Amino acid sequence: MTAVDNKTSSAPVKYSAQQRTRAERIKDHMRNEWRIYAMLLPTVVWLVVFLYKPMYGLQIAFKDYSIFRGVAASPWIGLEHFENLIGFDWSALGTADPFWTNGNQQFLRALRNTIYISMYSLLIGFPVPILLALMFNEVLNQSFKRTAQTIVYLPHFISSVIIAGIVITTFSPSVGIVNTILTWLGFEPIYFLTRPEWFRPIFIGTTIWQEAGFQSIVYLAAIAGVSPTLYESAVVDGASRWQMMWKITIPSILPTIIIMLIIRIGNMLEVSFEMIIVLYQPATYETADVVNTFIYRQGLQSGQYDFAAAAGLFNAIVAFVLVMSANAISKRYSRTSLW
Amino acid sequence: MANMNLYSRGDKTFVIINMVLIGIFTLSTLYPFVYITAMSFSSGFAATAGKVVLTPVQATAEAYNYILSDRMFWVSYGNTFIYTIGGTLMSLAFLIPGAYALSRPQLYGRRFWNLIVAFTMWFNAGLIPFFLNMRDLGLLDSYFGIIIGFAVNGFNLILLRNFFEGVPSSFEEAARMDGANDFQVLWKVYVPLAKPAIATVALFCMVARWNGFFWAMVLLQDEDKIPLQVYLRHTIATLSDDPEFTATQLNASYSFETVSAAIIVCSIIPVLIIYPFIQKYFEKGILLGGVKE
Repeated sequence: MTAVDNKTSSAPVKYSAQQRTRAERIKDHMRNEWRIYAMLLPTVVWLVVFLYKPMYGLQIAFKDYSIFRGVAASPWIGLEHFENLIGFDWSALGTADPFWTNGNQQFLRALRNTIYISMYSLLIGFPVPILLALMFNEVLNQSFKRTAQTIVYLPHFISSVIIAGIVITTFSPSVGIVNTILTWLGFEPIYFLTRPEWFRPIFIGTTIWQEAGFQSIVYLAAIAGVSPTLYESAVVDGASRWQMMWKITIPSILPTIIIMLIIRIGNMLEVSFEMIIVLYQPATYETADVVNTFIYRQGLQSGQYDFAAAAGLFNAIVAFVLVMSANAISKRYSRTSLW
Repeated sequence: MANMNLYSRGDKTFVIINMVLIGIFTLSTLYPFVYITAMSFSSGFAATAGKVVLTPVQATAEAYNYILSDRMFWVSYGNTFIYTIGGTLMSLAFLIPGAYALSRPQLYGRRFWNLIVAFTMWFNAGLIPFFLNMRDLGLLDSYFGIIIGFAVNGFNLILLRNFFEGVPSSFEEAARMDGANDFQVLWKVYVPLAKPAIATVALFCMVARWNGFFWAMVLLQDEDKIPLQVYLRHTIATLSDDPEFTATQLNASYSFETVSAAIIVCSIIPVLIIYPFIQKYFEKGILLGGVKE
């Protein structure tokens, strides 16, 4: 192959395209450029085998799945799993029978818990990284700033099992530092991890502790992109740093904040269940069990694959609706959107 | 920042309060790690009595003796290295050529291929279909299954693609003149230029592999194949209920808490060792990946 061949492939073709058929052009293109398709092939095959094939397998949510028959040969049962999950009986619509039944109490509880945990995480956890970034921006001592950043980014890189292990030790009834302090102050020790009312505060607090520092990077980058001339003219006008923060920095990073909020809402139902699996116990299921831990127990531990897959699909659909609505609302009111 | 030296009298209190708050947040991030380290070097008796606050009490390395003499600790530690190194190399083997191909303007159906990647970032089939697929592929309970099953990640692929797209075409033109084909251009021009981006992706892969827990727990039954994180979870779950262990720990030099603290410390150390490298790259990496299509 000559260098000239390679050049024509990326530059516009010199002779008229009508003189050659489409098939000829494709053949020519492939002869010159087969290497990039060869390089793309493994990745595409991987995506199909490991991510798109399971999407085909998702049909078991509408089937009476049996391991022996496999995905394709298992009989269709329509929306039965979904009806059992949320307790809605389509066939009763229009008849005298009640169409709301009890549903799966464990699933409904898990759905409620997921929504509660993600709502609280969003309300409390979303502003923290923004605040942190604004505060880091106001630190004038560069070595102090670097050191503090190095430390607060660190927990993001630690596995959730380890973080859970640290939480278990810290909050343990006899050993943990939290109860040691409570005892010093004259309170009775509390066995936090067996108390349903303590699970959410501990879990949400831990995830904020783990991720807030790291999430602040995006906002710090946005702040770094603000034009210095804005600050210079504000200083000429005698503005204080506090005023500059409110009048320049925050409005300038608002698009980033909105984008992050949409992404966050889209991932809202993806509660980090890895940590919950280590932290929760039957005593706290009441407040701690989320959809993904429910799927793990029902599907992977008890083998009710079709039912659990339906629960997962339901969760994914709710998440999809959430991100679409958040995006639409944002597009309408702030003209900032993901797509 | 240009506004560094531009502050007036009233700002001084603001700056100081701000620094104090940052200091408090930083210390509260650091403290649990210090606490766990102190716990791992304390005696079981002191730990159980709730005496450990900041520094080791009745300092001893017995907890480390206990785990270092447990065969499963070494097996799982070794497995974690296999999964981390094997998994990272596997990821790069897919991601580098894949990202290069996606960055080429002459690729037919480029929008379509990019969409195929981006879609996986917004929707996935969920835990159960993924698990059943791994089982149907015969990848349960195998090293290879863990290494190949999580090789490609849309975020990393797009991050690398964006970097390749940003390389000026003048760099490869000289190589093209010498008759280099795409394989050679990628290997001799793009890979050396993209070293920072590749390092970022490699470090992201390594951290994800090192910390990976859920799928290792679900996909691996054979004890001899489990990684360190699963071993830790197993220890936390079983040791506290083990009557033999709890009976011997009274007045003993180690306890359930000091042993799990020691495993935690051993598991964090490798992350701390590569952390300076990670930090060098990830801020840039996040910005590259943030420019999604």
